[in-house]
Amino acid sequence: MKTLVVYLMAMPETPELARVAVESGADIVELGFPFSDPLADGPVIRRAGERALAAGMRTGRCLDVLAQTRTLIDVPVVLMTYASIFDAYGWEKLERDARDAGATSFIVVDLPSDVRPELRRVQLVAPTSTDARLKLAADATDGWLYLVTVTGTTGARADLAPTLAPLAERARAATDAPLYAGFGISTPAHAHAAAELVDGIAVGSRAVEAAEVGPAELGRFVASLRDALDGK
Amino acid sequence: MSQTFGAYGGRYVPETLIPALDDLEAAWASLRDDDAFRAELHELGTSYGGRPTPLTRAARFAPDQRVYLKREDLMHTGAHKLNNALGQAVIAQRLGKRRIIAETGAGQHGVATATVCARFGLECIVYMGSEDIRRQAPNVERMKLLGAEVRPVEFGTRTLKEATSEAIRDWIANVDDTYYLIGSCVGPAPYPEIVRELQRVIGREAREQFLVAEGRLPEAVVACVGGGSNAIGMFYDFVPEEDVRLIGVEAAGAASLSSGRAGVLHGARSSLLADEDGQIMDAHSISAGLDYPGVGPEHAHLRDTGRAEYVTCTDDEAVAAFHRLCKTEGIVPALESSHALARALDCGAELVAVCLSGRGDKDLAEVLAQ
Repeated sequence: MKTLVVYLMAMPETPELARVAVESGADIVELGFPFSDPLADGPVIRRAGERALAAGMRTGRCLDVLAQTRTLIDVPVVLMTYASIFDAYGWEKLERDARDAGATSFIVVDLPSDVRPELRRVQLVAPTSTDARLKLAADATDGWLYLVTVTGTTGARADLAPTLAPLAERARAATDAPLYAGFGISTPAHAHAAAELVDGIAVGSRAVEAAEVGPAELGRFVASLRDALDGK
Repeated sequence: MSQTFGAYGGRYVPETLIPALDDLEAAWASLRDDDAFRAELHELGTSYGGRPTPLTRAARFAPDQRVYLKREDLMHTGAHKLNNALGQAVIAQRLGKRRIIAETGAGQHGVATATVCARFGLECIVYMGSEDIRRQAPNVERMKLLGAEVRPVEFGTRTLKEATSEAIRDWIANVDDTYYLIGSCVGPAPYPEIVRELQRVIGREAREQFLVAEGRLPEAVVACVGGGSNAIGMFYDFVPEEDVRLIGVEAAGAASLSSGRAGVLHGARSSLLADEDGQIMDAHSISAGLDYPGVGPEHAHLRDTGRAEYVTCTDDEAVAAFHRLCKTEGIVPALESSHALARALDCGAELVAVCLSGRGDKDLAEVLAQ
């Protein structure tokens, strides 16, 4: 069975959206804490972050949303954000407070795997990663390894990136950890194709767009990915 | 090679960019002390850039002091930015990269990058906030004349901060064939060190010229600080001279050293205009080149160690200094450099060297509108 990871930006309505996503087949929820200058994000998540900040979603309120989400779902919840958020709050303090609120792990998009190894987190590798860096990330990662399918930022693409297959092959050689692919995976067809190569997928921008329409749209979208991953 | 300056600097970038930064660091490590590379830079600086630039006594501007101006405004393209652009263009070619991207605020770095790309036959794409495109129209036209593509950045503050983010996103997507020619001593390691080393020529020349003119070193060296590249270049060879005060002048509305806090932006940890949650705040300055909420990490370190002092200058004070230099010396300074000029007059030192980092032709419309 392949794993489905769904990203949602922290907003007041996110706990209910996360509940719907899990009910519809998500196995892991990534909860984004917005940052004003998200270097790794394309237009959809960048705009979602701007809206969240305009709605006052600073770190303290994001932690409240995380705690509320935890009361509604019992799958892993991964806090995904940027280094500036940790640096301002205090690295150890945010790790502790987020775990207390129910986070099971972390993704810090702009924190390379050799920096701050004491923060146990899901590590990312990219098509440009050398074998040595792949090994470094795989050895340090928390539970699963995040394969960035494209050389680029987050956001929907027409086709599954051809760079995923060789990256997945190299990652397999480096680790026994489960490999989940993300960035540019947005349709059931992508999900189906990626499932041939890796153990799971992470969907961000398209999930954020569906969530903006509402819980019903998000539920339909997540269910369509679940079906594609399960070969239905 | 150290990637940090005390508690600052480092590499806070997505994994996609790390191999490219490793390649750049390796290339830089072999080039920085390479005689052929240094000779090539020297030749380009003299035969193309116009180095050495003069040191000019400003006796009517500062009648009660002995103030000297390091004339980077006389560099080809009208600002110190060319020192860095020429050097990094040579590095890009050593790395085999033919597509060059850059960010620009006032347009001076964009013009310098477009210039060296024309000189070396490289593709050039410059990201510029749409608000800066409005404020700095002549430089936009210059970049286009030089064959560069100027891509407007239409979100956020529409200024240098967003232009830099968008340039980095382009780099993430095209890292295989693209060199990011960053314009200041900011960004992930090894950029802050590379830019400092390429701008060091300013202070090296100024130090020698000041000794010839006065038979001693200045009491104070003054430079404006946005990202901080002219200041770090002007300061660096004076850092070991402990009797020489180093004074960085920030725009009052963009004082990331004077009123900022530690944070992470554009790949490095530094002192930033940020709120208590680490969200980056908007800067404001009449001068587009200082309108940036971050600063080079080495400046944050020089501040913390007490080796350099950082003060501010308001828009009005800068405009007054701009007019004063025009009227008393027949030199039209950039609004950025005018911040340094204002503080040179009241820094309390008798013997002063100021970095006149650029000329002010680009600022005429902004100043006349005041």
